[in-house]
Amino acid sequence: MTPLLLSLKLALVTSLVLLALGLPLAWWLAFTRFRLRFLAEALVALPIVLPPTVLGFYLLVVLGSQGWLGQAWQRMTGHTLAFSFEGLVVGSVIYSLPFAVQPFTAALTGVDQRLLEASASLGAGAWRTFLRVTLPLAMPGILTGVALSFAHTLGEFGVVLMLGGNIPGKTQTASIAIFDNVQMLDYASAGRQSLTLMAISFALLVLIYGLDRGRSWRLR
Amino acid sequence: MSAPGVLKLNVEAPLDQFELSCAFQVEREVVVLFGASGAGKTSILECIAGFRRPERGRIEIGGRVLFDAASGVCVPVHLRRVGYLSQQPALFPHMTVGENIAYGLHDIAAVEREGRVRSIMERFQIAALSGRRPGKISGGEQQRAALARALVCDPEVLLLDEPLSALDGRLKSVLLELLFDWQRERGVPMLYVTHDPQEAYSLARRLLVVELGRITADGDPRNVLESPVSREQASRAGYENLLEAVVEERHLELGTMTCRIAHDLRLETPLADAQAGDAVTLALRAGDILVATESPRGLSARNLVPGVVELVEERGGMVELSVRCGATLLRVHVTRGARQSLALEAGRAVWLVIKTQSIRYLRG
Repeated sequence: MTPLLLSLKLALVTSLVLLALGLPLAWWLAFTRFRLRFLAEALVALPIVLPPTVLGFYLLVVLGSQGWLGQAWQRMTGHTLAFSFEGLVVGSVIYSLPFAVQPFTAALTGVDQRLLEASASLGAGAWRTFLRVTLPLAMPGILTGVALSFAHTLGEFGVVLMLGGNIPGKTQTASIAIFDNVQMLDYASAGRQSLTLMAISFALLVLIYGLDRGRSWRLR
Repeated sequence: MSAPGVLKLNVEAPLDQFELSCAFQVEREVVVLFGASGAGKTSILECIAGFRRPERGRIEIGGRVLFDAASGVCVPVHLRRVGYLSQQPALFPHMTVGENIAYGLHDIAAVEREGRVRSIMERFQIAALSGRRPGKISGGEQQRAALARALVCDPEVLLLDEPLSALDGRLKSVLLELLFDWQRERGVPMLYVTHDPQEAYSLARRLLVVELGRITADGDPRNVLESPVSREQASRAGYENLLEAVVEERHLELGTMTCRIAHDLRLETPLADAQAGDAVTLALRAGDILVATESPRGLSARNLVPGVVELVEERGGMVELSVRCGATLLRVHVTRGARQSLALEAGRAVWLVIKTQSIRYLRG
């Protein structure tokens, strides 16, 4: 698998996992009355400020063959989690967590409470209210979160290098291949790959901002 | 359609500033909850709708228990069959008007659902808006649609929280008529919250006054509002002048009393249950005072008070004058036409004419 395809695959899997895990987490953050919620919020935001090498180091410790998670994984599957695609997915999910959860949370809290009350008073239970009112109205924010986590994973470097090593076809993503090519003074390849990544990232951001502009249905 | 029943409520719930504590019963009638903003009117509706959980008490509709603290029953909002409408129409912005109205009918057959949606939309004259999004229709149309959406579900009680206060007069009366027709047909208990005295007068035969979380008066709006029971309620009901006075003399044969305000103003007032020397508070509407620029003669009114205009303020369609009568400042409302033709400006000497029967007492 080429580095670019591997990056796209990693970004796709990561953003889907984040959609599945991040949405319930965001729901909880949006509506809980738990007093220590701010701690959870800080924890979710941590990957934004942490150097990727620090995050990668701890992940390597936990997911490596000596780490508890790594050993458990090894017993189940027969191979280590570090230096594998699955390991990269775990790392990327954590690394991109705030980029999904924060827009999700903002989108969910942005849905007018009065609409939820109206839905309930019209006989809709929690699940129906979520599917028919909350989800459609939060959709632009949810798509933003998915697109942001996709784009962020695509550009990931430090965590991948620490956790995945640099195994061509297995863990060598586009950003690492670019670094490699520059090391080997192959500027032509590095340039091509950089341009492609930049084009994809730009297209994604255009999509995100376009979605934001497209939220035409708003209560006055 | 289930038979509508009586709403019985007896709740206590802590609010930010005070405790909500009230008990009342609503038959198949319209009852106005009247009081200042922040008095707890909305909180009462929220308890019934299920948005707020009382600490103690019991709520039932037609024998069906919605909340009972003693047995721990608290029916979730979506199973209460309560129609709720506030000043905000809260239409779902991503659905058309038609979809909004059909929203609460998800558990009935499609054919029946369409029939009911169509008939209520025709009744509310919004059939033409069926395919439009709420953002594309006017505020009045939105409120019409929101009302239709609540009523089409056949709620067992209707809770209306100042639903028409954002609308202009004509639109308001059209919607009120639709609403009352519907209520008469179904005989469903209806609670209507307002802080507007005019609205309170015109809406219902029964009015509950809410003050600081308690029901302080219950009865016919005219009786309740025209015999003010407290200072706050009096000012809400539009008694702009509240005057501390002392009873000087009782005239049993005339059915009046003479009351002295400050040291230099005497008014003839209706006879009340007070003795000479008692302190009373008089309540007087600014709109019940007549203004003359010359001393009038041959008047039936017993009170003719000279004064000087101190301040003239335009307020919407009318003009408020502050008139100095010795040590007392009285507020008087006149029309803009009257202000012009009488040249009422600051410094102008005037005569105020006050009918004895327009003066009321404040209890306590």
